[in-house]
Amino acid sequence: MSSKSDFQIPLEPERYELRAPSAYHFELGRREFFRFLGAGILIVGVLKSTHALQESGAGKGPDESLPNEIAAWLHIGESGAVTVYTGKVEVGQNIRTSLSQCVAEELRVPVSKIEMVMGDTQLTPFDMGTFGSRTTPTMSPQLRKVASAARDVLIGLAATKWQIDRKRLIAADGKVTDPQTRRSVEYAVLVNGQQLTQTLPAEDPLIPPAQWTVQGESLPKVDGRDFVTGKHRYPSDQTLPGMLHGKILRPASFGATLVSMDAHEAENIPGVMVIHDGNFVGVVAPSPEIASRALKGIRAEWKAEPQPSNKELFEYLKKNATGGQDPTGDESIFEVGSVDKVRASADHRLQQTYNISYIAHAPLEPRAAMAQWSGDNLTVWTGTQRPFGVRSELAEAFRISEEQVHVVMPDTGSAYGGKHTGEAAIEAARLARAAKRPVKLVWTREEEFTWAYFRPAGVIEVSSGVRSDGTIVAWEFHNYNSGSAGIRTYYDIANQRIEFHASRSPLRQGSYRALAATANHFARESFMDELAHTINMDPLAFRLKNLKNERLRAVFEAAAKKFGWGRAKPAGHGFGMGGGFEKLGNVATCAEVAVDPKWGEVKVMRVVTAFECGAIVNPDNLRNQIEGSNIMGLGGALFEAIEFENGRILNGRFSSYRVPRFSDLPVLETVLLDRKDIPSAGAGECPMVGLAPAIGNAIFNATGTRIRSLPMVPNGLKTA
Amino acid sequence: MPQVTKLNVNGIPRTIDADADMSLLSALRDQLDLTGTKYGCGEGQCGACTVLIDGIARRSCLTPVSAVGQKRITTIEGLADGDRLHPLQEAFLEEAAMQCAYCTSGMIMTAVSLLQTNPAPSAPDILHSMEGNICRCGTHPRMVAAIQRAAKAMNQPVKESRQ
Repeated sequence: MSSKSDFQIPLEPERYELRAPSAYHFELGRREFFRFLGAGILIVGVLKSTHALQESGAGKGPDESLPNEIAAWLHIGESGAVTVYTGKVEVGQNIRTSLSQCVAEELRVPVSKIEMVMGDTQLTPFDMGTFGSRTTPTMSPQLRKVASAARDVLIGLAATKWQIDRKRLIAADGKVTDPQTRRSVEYAVLVNGQQLTQTLPAEDPLIPPAQWTVQGESLPKVDGRDFVTGKHRYPSDQTLPGMLHGKILRPASFGATLVSMDAHEAENIPGVMVIHDGNFVGVVAPSPEIASRALKGIRAEWKAEPQPSNKELFEYLKKNATGGQDPTGDESIFEVGSVDKVRASADHRLQQTYNISYIAHAPLEPRAAMAQWSGDNLTVWTGTQRPFGVRSELAEAFRISEEQVHVVMPDTGSAYGGKHTGEAAIEAARLARAAKRPVKLVWTREEEFTWAYFRPAGVIEVSSGVRSDGTIVAWEFHNYNSGSAGIRTYYDIANQRIEFHASRSPLRQGSYRALAATANHFARESFMDELAHTINMDPLAFRLKNLKNERLRAVFEAAAKKFGWGRAKPAGHGFGMGGGFEKLGNVATCAEVAVDPKWGEVKVMRVVTAFECGAIVNPDNLRNQIEGSNIMGLGGALFEAIEFENGRILNGRFSSYRVPRFSDLPVLETVLLDRKDIPSAGAGECPMVGLAPAIGNAIFNATGTRIRSLPMVPNGLKTA
Repeated sequence: MPQVTKLNVNGIPRTIDADADMSLLSALRDQLDLTGTKYGCGEGQCGACTVLIDGIARRSCLTPVSAVGQKRITTIEGLADGDRLHPLQEAFLEEAAMQCAYCTSGMIMTAVSLLQTNPAPSAPDILHSMEGNICRCGTHPRMVAAIQRAAKAMNQPVKESRQ
């Protein structure tokens, strides 16, 4: 592997929007499947829609067996145990629980009877990855269909057994019952001795949300007990007999090349092995301490080129804009009407620029991987949102086929879009191959802050024309580098020009919870506030005047009502709002801030979030996601920013990179709008996007100071 | 380098083979396979590695094994009484005070220590005592509620006996 090539990637695409289907290969055919699982019923869910195909299962299967485009499969064993297989993964969003609810509902079994096997490249169908809030809108319906088909099969088996019309049978609580004779039979009994496969392109009617009994309930985390007792094994907790611990010698700066190295001192430590391959230098040792000591015993000289710093970041991004290339593959320019002409003759015109800093995901569990080779076959346990993507990375790195690579993803200590890649997996595998033993590698916090990737920095320019009656007539919006998620406006404006400009990024960048939607909403919703003030209109009334979308209007109105929009504010306090549409969800956020008149310290006192994402699957988990989005969002809004210079990160520790803590907590209130008539959407990202503009607008409301950069107040207001 | 060979963990004498400067965190995780205690930063800033030493919350990443001697170490694995969870473990489940839960064991151990010294903490007391523990998922309000719930549950028998 070459660490240099890592940094030649100008912009990691916003992967959830990737257009190209990925190739995949099944590890198991039907016969092998039963051999592996034991007898029972196997229901295979086949994808139909093109959109879903791009996300899960598109590819080519081996001849004998299973169809090509599989989303998920479900097995009911002879003991009645239900096992569901999906390539999606659990990183704290509690999808293991909500997917279990979907299956329990349709299959009519208690949630406790269901085991979810997730993100294992040998056991689960291909899946592009867990990101973009896609699991709920795409995987949930698939699993519901699979479970409902399984229920049908079970009813069919009972009908055959009793020689009666299947229409009079009912499935409930793990049994099929004949209400006329009151006899019933457990699923386990029906399944006994069967080797039945049903492939599912069927469009069986699913239980409508209004009749849900398991979905729509606040079910606790299914395996919560394992987490409060320390029993759960995260990727960094994995062990194997004979396992060694690895450490990597990091270059002195990004893109540096190794000039010379003396590893004698390290190699003289008993049990230590130094592995050197191009720019890759690593050690393995019997314990992490010895590995660290060995690392310190290596003297290396690196050669690096001068690189930009965060001080000149925004000029750099503008200057190096390449124009056009949108990482999503969308047209980079969206244009309707004639912006220039209409704006020139508008009653009022306004133009502003917003700067967005790089921030780090800082998942509390840093990247970790354990690798084991058996001949040319590789197994890696690692925390990633893309187990199948990491499988490809490993196959490529070691020039082996994907069939030879098995990636297992234990439920992981969070990701937030930050674990799409397989750096630690590749490093652990490289060390393990040389050591001929299993190797575990856990990144240090400093490594996680430095050698992962960042949420893209950016510059956003907005310019608009508005009539005195509050109608926005022209809208121009340019995003440099930060990304195009959420770049379009949901306000109804006749003349628009919206453009994403790719640029050269000084730091390695990639996905982050809500992607660029946070930056684009910050610019748009802050600017809306400025426009409202320009024409002396209430910010809520101004938004509603330019907004036709009923769902979005509903959340703005709900948040404002709960917040008490328009009431008098305490001295030194300010009120602000922001909101928008993202990942099929609608959010509006109202914030109250207090600004210390002497020190300029900004404290967010209260945040009210109204959220609507269709039919709600698990209300309490939804609230948990909304609260979490707001608290995590506080960091990027107020104080998180990566500082860097000449290819080095200057604040890559929790002692120098401030993240939200208990004392930052505002009072959080959540209004859930449950739309049972709209398919469920995900909620891990959208609730975040309204927060930063709501806070910024509240700071303006409190002080008259307008802040147009993220983070807004890294050092308090006066020095911001 | 001098070696440390004995630790008293969760009420059981355990044998280890550690250099004196090995962190307690490494000894617990890598030598005793008690992986419920987590690495988060290695500089005492995140609290994921919190354990109790003689009942007081300590950062195991900054504690060398040689400094522990035969003091009683309690980790998350030793908190429940057999199958009966500690009231804080129960309360974290009841309040769904976790998402990825990687911070949870450190949070619970810090809270155990808090409730021992302050059995009925106010919300500001809790914020102050938990300030050194990082949760990136943002479940803080739920953890505050869980600690208050556990405090209530733990104080219950005392109140009853007074009646």
